[in-house]
Amino acid sequence: MIELKKLSKVFDTGKGALTAVDDVDLSIAAGEIFGIIGYSGAGKSTLIRLLNGLEKPSSGSVVINGQNITAIKGSELRKARQKVSMIFQHFNLLWSRTVKENIEFPLEIAGVPKNKRDARVLELVELVGLKGRENAYPSQLSGGQKQRVGIARALANEPEVLLCDEATSALDPQTTDSILELLVDINKRLGLTIVLITHEMHVIRKICHRVAVMEGGRVVELGDVLQVFQSPKAEITERFVAQVTDTEDSQETIKNLRKLYPTGELVKLVFVGDQTEQPILTQLIRKYPVDVNIVQGNIAHTQRGAYGTLVLQMKGSAQEISEALAYLNAESVQTEVMSNG
Amino acid sequence: MVESLFPNVDWENMWEATLETLYMTAMSTFFTFVIGLVLGIVLFLTAPKQLWANSIVNWLTGAFVNIFRSIPFIILIILLIPFTKFLIGTIRGPNAALPALIIGAAPFYARMVLIALKEIDKGVIEAARSMGATTWTIIRKVLLPESKPALLSGITVTAIALVGYTAMAGIIGAGGLGTLAFLDGFQRSREDVTLMATILILVIVFAIQFIGDWMTTRSDKR
Ligand SMILES: Nc1ncnc2c1ncn2[C@@H]1O[C@H](COP(=O)(O)OP(=O)(O)OP(=O)(O)O)[C@@H](O)[C@H]1O
Ligand SMILES: [Mg+2]
Repeated sequence: MIELKKLSKVFDTGKGALTAVDDVDLSIAAGEIFGIIGYSGAGKSTLIRLLNGLEKPSSGSVVINGQNITAIKGSELRKARQKVSMIFQHFNLLWSRTVKENIEFPLEIAGVPKNKRDARVLELVELVGLKGRENAYPSQLSGGQKQRVGIARALANEPEVLLCDEATSALDPQTTDSILELLVDINKRLGLTIVLITHEMHVIRKICHRVAVMEGGRVVELGDVLQVFQSPKAEITERFVAQVTDTEDSQETIKNLRKLYPTGELVKLVFVGDQTEQPILTQLIRKYPVDVNIVQGNIAHTQRGAYGTLVLQMKGSAQEISEALAYLNAESVQTEVMSNG
Repeated sequence: MVESLFPNVDWENMWEATLETLYMTAMSTFFTFVIGLVLGIVLFLTAPKQLWANSIVNWLTGAFVNIFRSIPFIILIILLIPFTKFLIGTIRGPNAALPALIIGAAPFYARMVLIALKEIDKGVIEAARSMGATTWTIIRKVLLPESKPALLSGITVTAIALVGYTAMAGIIGAGGLGTLAFLDGFQRSREDVTLMATILILVIVFAIQFIGDWMTTRSDKR
């Protein structure tokens, strides 16, 4: 659906060249929710702007649905943009227009006749759950409602791809969740391909199928969300994964835990997918003569299954504990004995 | 009662002069609005990184605006006498005042238009571009509506300045309340005529301010 080949973007700043996007190769499938995560300045916005031709690449190509976006311009590019729409962190609604008129805007651009526009707007207002607010002005809406207008507006011309640039970063956690649910719903119902950029791992966790991690303009890690959660390879990815799972997993906390549980071993277990639903702990306790105390636990649900971590205090002889750990590993639960600090 | 307060006022003349002032103000405001808008939009769109980024056009327009904005109006009228003669055929009467009024005020308004357009969130322009809008659509459906309150309050200020300019133009014979106050009031020492002309100018200014404020408020949905 979307093919990026050797894509680079170099900005000519006053102080010399700045490579914002550096030799990126990506392939995004139709119907996929693809996440791109990275810290500020990683080049995410630049990358997404290359996808709809708002930015011209220095080299490389972007092909969407067989059409080379980087090679077209003028009316052809404008036409293509109607099929690759975008939503924004700050919504970017026209304050001079009502909800209805904002949603109507892309239809006016596409030259849809008035009577058809009205019908389509009505549908969209319903789809994003804004019925009854059609005649409100953006200034009268909450952030979440504004983003719903943004989404409705983006869907107006029945795009094939929806680009989301930090679409939830200006929203509170609860509103973020409701907008993310809406995106998943749209993805399922309309089969829309969604490319979403964010610096928040829980956004990736909640709705993305695959994720690319960006650092310094490069994609440093790419994979299935669950797999990336389970075994992050790049150091930066580990930090992102830590955002949603073991937020407490700093040296400091390990020390504190050790103080609280001075005896036995502290073991961190990592469960992925199906295992989170199996009674592995019960089995462990039945089969092995170790004492087990749950210190902390955490399960994150992703679009591709669940991912969980559990910190246990295990008491028993060294032999017993290592046998217990071997059992867990055999059940493909990752284990990690936390250092004695 | 009114007759005794203003013994020298010829009401028919006064009314005619008022109409002339209104005529000059309305016509010059209209053309100032159109020309200032065009200049302001060109200034905005040709600036670096904008849709029509073009440093030469930007520089030329900027120079034109800045030069004509800086020339004192009374001198501009004198400088433009040959041009006015050529265009209107005479340098007397309300129509003869128009070229100087417009050329004096349009650059002033163009600046205000530029400031108003710069206030627009870059994001909404980007959003319109991402929807595949042409620059023309962006001007019509984003730039103008989104800056409407500032454009309206700017033209209000400009129109009021123009009332003042018409009075100045009156001194060199453009007609209107300025001419009346100068020739009939000042030169013949009839203070009541000057006073009445002043009162009428104030009424016109307040009316413009009131209408302008009302339109500005009504258009502001932020
Ligand atoms: N138009 C531009 N001209 C010059 N440099 C730019 C331009 N746009 C972006 N950059 C630079 O490119 C780099 C990447 O910027 P980009 O906006 O893509 O980052 P980002 O990952 O989206 O960050 P954020 O999370 O803060 O939005 C930054 O160093 C930025 O300063
Ligand atoms: Mg960004």
